[in-house]
Amino acid sequence: MANSADYPAGAGQPEKGPPTTIGPLARRERNLAYSMLLPTFAIVMAVVLAPLLANFWISFKPVGLGDLRSARLFVNERLRGDLVAPGDVATIEYRLRNSSQDKPLRDVSFADTLPDGLSVVGDLDERCTLTGRDLLCTLGDVEARFRDRVQIEVSADQAFIDNPVEIRDSEAVSHATSQNVLTSFEFTLENFDKIFSASEFWQVLRVTVYYTVFATLGAIILGLFAAQMLNSAFAGRTALRGLFLFPYVAPVIAVAFTWVLLLDPFSGALNAILRQIGAIEQPVNFLGQRAVPLDFFGLTVNFPVALSTIIAIEAWRSFPLSFLFILARMQSIPSDMYEAAEMDGASPLQQFWYISLPQLVGILAILFLLRFIWSFNNFDDIFLLTGGAAGTRTLTVNVYEQAFAVSNLGAGAAVAVVVFTVLLIFSLVIFKYSPQDEG
Amino acid sequence: MRPGPGTLIGLIVGAIWGAIWMIVVSVVFMLISGAVTAPPIGAAMLAGAACGALIMAFEPGARSTGVTIAAIAAVFIVLGVATFGAPIGLPLSAVPLAQTVAVAAFVLATWFAIDRSVGDAPSGRMTRYQFETVVIRVAKGLGLVFFTVMVALPFYVMVMTSLKNQAQLIANPLDFSLDLAQGPAGLFRSYIELFTQYHFGTFLWNTAIVSIATVIITLCFAVPGAYAVARLRFPGQAFLSRSILLIYMVPGIVLVIPLYAVFSQLGLRNSLAGLLIVYPATTIPVALYMLQGHFRGIPSELEEAGLMDGLTRLGVIGKITMPLSLPALASVALYVFMIAWNEFLFAFMFLDNIDMFTLSRGVVSLNSSEVPRQHLMAGAVIATVPVLVLFLWFERFLVSGLTAGGVKG
Repeated sequence: MANSADYPAGAGQPEKGPPTTIGPLARRERNLAYSMLLPTFAIVMAVVLAPLLANFWISFKPVGLGDLRSARLFVNERLRGDLVAPGDVATIEYRLRNSSQDKPLRDVSFADTLPDGLSVVGDLDERCTLTGRDLLCTLGDVEARFRDRVQIEVSADQAFIDNPVEIRDSEAVSHATSQNVLTSFEFTLENFDKIFSASEFWQVLRVTVYYTVFATLGAIILGLFAAQMLNSAFAGRTALRGLFLFPYVAPVIAVAFTWVLLLDPFSGALNAILRQIGAIEQPVNFLGQRAVPLDFFGLTVNFPVALSTIIAIEAWRSFPLSFLFILARMQSIPSDMYEAAEMDGASPLQQFWYISLPQLVGILAILFLLRFIWSFNNFDDIFLLTGGAAGTRTLTVNVYEQAFAVSNLGAGAAVAVVVFTVLLIFSLVIFKYSPQDEG
Repeated sequence: MRPGPGTLIGLIVGAIWGAIWMIVVSVVFMLISGAVTAPPIGAAMLAGAACGALIMAFEPGARSTGVTIAAIAAVFIVLGVATFGAPIGLPLSAVPLAQTVAVAAFVLATWFAIDRSVGDAPSGRMTRYQFETVVIRVAKGLGLVFFTVMVALPFYVMVMTSLKNQAQLIANPLDFSLDLAQGPAGLFRSYIELFTQYHFGTFLWNTAIVSIATVIITLCFAVPGAYAVARLRFPGQAFLSRSILLIYMVPGIVLVIPLYAVFSQLGLRNSLAGLLIVYPATTIPVALYMLQGHFRGIPSELEEAGLMDGLTRLGVIGKITMPLSLPALASVALYVFMIAWNEFLFAFMFLDNIDMFTLSRGVVSLNSSEVPRQHLMAGAVIATVPVLVLFLWFERFLVSGLTAGGVKG
């Protein structure tokens, strides 16, 4: 039984074949492993998986940004009338208002303490009770935009006149429960209906696909080229390798705003350079122009300027990662393979094509996968560079637009669900068709 | 002299390098001197072609020092003649010192690049091997210039813009020359104002706190988790070691709406504590994945020896595994620090109170028409410098750490 060696606790069992239960040692090991993983599980559950589910929940809810502030009862109290001599009568007026324009409140009440020296005269408002100096008014359920007032007539005695107390010193405390739209069981398909029927949705999807595919390819091709250049030793190679990693290490806000300045059509350095060397005649609004017609042998193509620019910048920002991985892989290819090829008279391009590239296929596939997902997920660059204007709105930017610019959290969550679903389908396809040994 | 088919290659290679170096040198010249010129690219191509043809007119063995001097002189003379004495498109009297340096740089760089490309290529017919070697050398050289310019230009512009003022920038967007006469206080005015009037001291402090705390929390969570996945046997181990990285693939923008809603209600939204819940949750999976790779690489015999000698499992981790993985821990810590320092989305969504701003959030708040551009760039420099310095300092760790997790063989 070769297997029994793997199960130390099973060795003592009389039955033949591998043991089916686990023994105390294995159980202890398992429990230790679980307890060591527990904190990770807990925080990942709380901050990643739970929000993912919550996102589905919110996407079926008619909830706006304003609904996050729950409705409550505002109570404003003031004294009407003057109390200058003992026996004077005045009115304490409580003005009540439901803070919400569209949500009712339930079990509404408020409590206050009457100042010493004031006593209630006449009939107390029927909604209120007075216990000692504690006033409690119960209003039951009230509608949205509810406004009302409760008036209590009081008379002052000598002690109050001698030592008057500001009526607001004891603040009225209100209590109400409101239906929170996030926790209610009210669902709607409105959000999905809205985003799928919007004419721009398919445009957004198309832009996302272009962006993801070309930014991924760009990053990998640039990385491959850079790695090829730095694979052979020369003076200054280490310095260049460090320099090439700058775009990846620097904060996204720093590089994004630098590119915005650099590409500015009027005061940007890049437009000025291109004009000086005669590459362009008119300044190009790289980040603001949707498309420019280009003639290819009589065929007019609308070249998407802003989209291409943000794709190029994303490739610029992410090529260092693929560069690093490809370079590391290249340097682990044994040099005798190249020496043998030299002996056989293979030219440099043949060596690259028949030796380097096959060795790099694995890492290129992994990089393509990672970069594809990250480019698809990318929000920061696009948001900072164009804000989704000029035909650069991708799905992720659309999430922000819907949820925070239009203030419709539900619609934003619905777009986020689309984002996640596309990602999930993509991952499943990859897992199904990827070779198992790549790890 | 024996012109052969190689001469044609010399002409083409020379013309390419002439054009490239003219563009690069004249752009650098403009950026540094502030003078404006239209680079004579045609003349530069001619000069390069002459140099290339001259070198290729001799067999490799016959390319003596005299030929080299002649080749260098050819670049200079052809450029001078073809531009009628204005080698980089300006009369010689304008900014003479910078022009001299630029012309010298152009001549030497062009000759050097041509020599490195075709210096040992035969002047007669070339074999496929020799021809491809020349092509690849030219391509590599062009690539080096292209990548260096492409990476360095934005960072150069970032730093230089932060040292200028708005009026100078609008007058000539290419003029990044520094006016040293104004003294350090004038030169660094943007930085001084950011720290005195725009609360950048607070932002820097907040970012440092959040980043360091994220690193500590992440390591506290990920080290035991990674050890368990790498060393202990339990149901689901194989699945975990493969799928933990999937968590890292979940886009932040999908999490941001529910977290925004919940944190708003809990009062965590406008606080650094809120960020300290979110950041580790996104970095722990990567850290765990990277660390488990390293832990697997430690020979298990070392740990078993510790167990035999009576250490507990935790004792083994503390006394054997940890000391052996210090470099790995450093690389993971650095990577996590980088992620936390550079994080934008959650900081932007969650923080409204200026006392809580991190640098990312603070720099975004400078992006308005009321704040001059050099302040924005100074903010970008302040956000970039610490993480870049740290990275350059520990580059070796970071590079090995990043690639060790993912690369096999």
